[in-house]
Amino acid sequence: MSELIKVGMADLKTCVAPDSVITLGLGSCVGVAVVDPSTKIGGLAHVMLPDSTAIKGSTNIAKFADTGVLELVKQMEALGANKSRMVAKIAGGANMFKFEGANPNIMNVGNRNVAAVKDVLKKLNIKLLAEDTGLNYGRTVTFFPENGEFHIKSVGKPDKII
Amino acid sequence: MGEVTLAQVSSNYLDVLQEIGNIGAGNAMTALSQMMNCKVDMKVPQVRLLEFRDVGSLVGGEEQIMLAVMLGVEGDITGSMMFMLERQSAKHLINKIMMGMGDPETEDFSEMELSAMKEVGNIITGAYLNSLATLTNMSIYPTPPELCLDMAGAILSVPAIQFGVYGDNILLIQSQFFDELEVDGFFILVPDIESYGKILSALGMPI
Repeated sequence: MSELIKVGMADLKTCVAPDSVITLGLGSCVGVAVVDPSTKIGGLAHVMLPDSTAIKGSTNIAKFADTGVLELVKQMEALGANKSRMVAKIAGGANMFKFEGANPNIMNVGNRNVAAVKDVLKKLNIKLLAEDTGLNYGRTVTFFPENGEFHIKSVGKPDKII
Repeated sequence: MGEVTLAQVSSNYLDVLQEIGNIGAGNAMTALSQMMNCKVDMKVPQVRLLEFRDVGSLVGGEEQIMLAVMLGVEGDITGSMMFMLERQSAKHLINKIMMGMGDPETEDFSEMELSAMKEVGNIITGAYLNSLATLTNMSIYPTPPELCLDMAGAILSVPAIQFGVYGDNILLIQSQFFDELEVDGFFILVPDIESYGKILSALGMPI
């Protein structure tokens, strides 16, 4: 039996096929799915904010794009995955409301999350295979390391596989 | 300011924050019941200090489809306020307010229905914030309302991210309301971290 492992907001989890990872209701947050196709070790991070260095006093490294993706890769390597083979897919980063507060740290946070995730993937030399990002709706995403499929569900829209 | 402060605020001033929820939501309920022309009840408001991963549990799961009216809060305090209803509840509420001109059987919302919902949200969150302003003797203004029909997780990630800038928890005041049968919804007031201090100071309880 394969297991479906749930990833919460500002959280990350790894898994090995046939298990899969899911995160529910991504808004401005970004779901980063990474897999090493030859070992079928995968993982999913649900990052909320782009940059850990802009913010002090946080202990949760899964919350940020820069530290979260790094930690996910590290945990996958600990399971036996090889970074040089890893590939990624991302989803989320929507802009849910036009108004999102006057705080400059959260202005346009969806787009900035997506940009930050792409940036860190590039630095780690992990290829981004596909993305479904932006716009103004939430997404529930499930990632299957077995075949690398990233399933995306949204309200009032057909299901998508990238 | 960080996690410690929020935890202290929520444990030391729980009663005060709960009372704010009580007064605010009480006034909002009065406004709503006048508009709907029927009785609306509410549960005891809850002050919740949550980790981000538990935010979905607030309204019955991240994937629960909700219609939310969100307003920014400006003036002496800042933050945001939300009025959220499960999709079918929203349909019934709108239908009641439109005196039966809505269509509660379909899943989609017409322009007219959405516009009605926005106005309802505007009026009753206005009633909530007005009572808070009177209570604290502060100037509090809502921004124009924004509407969103989506999964609860995606909607609640917006205030969660505002708190993510400061720490790893979110502190909010939640009030649940219901009428005799069909309508069941939530008010969520999410002041920014500094605003909790300002509200408590204004009430004579400096942190």
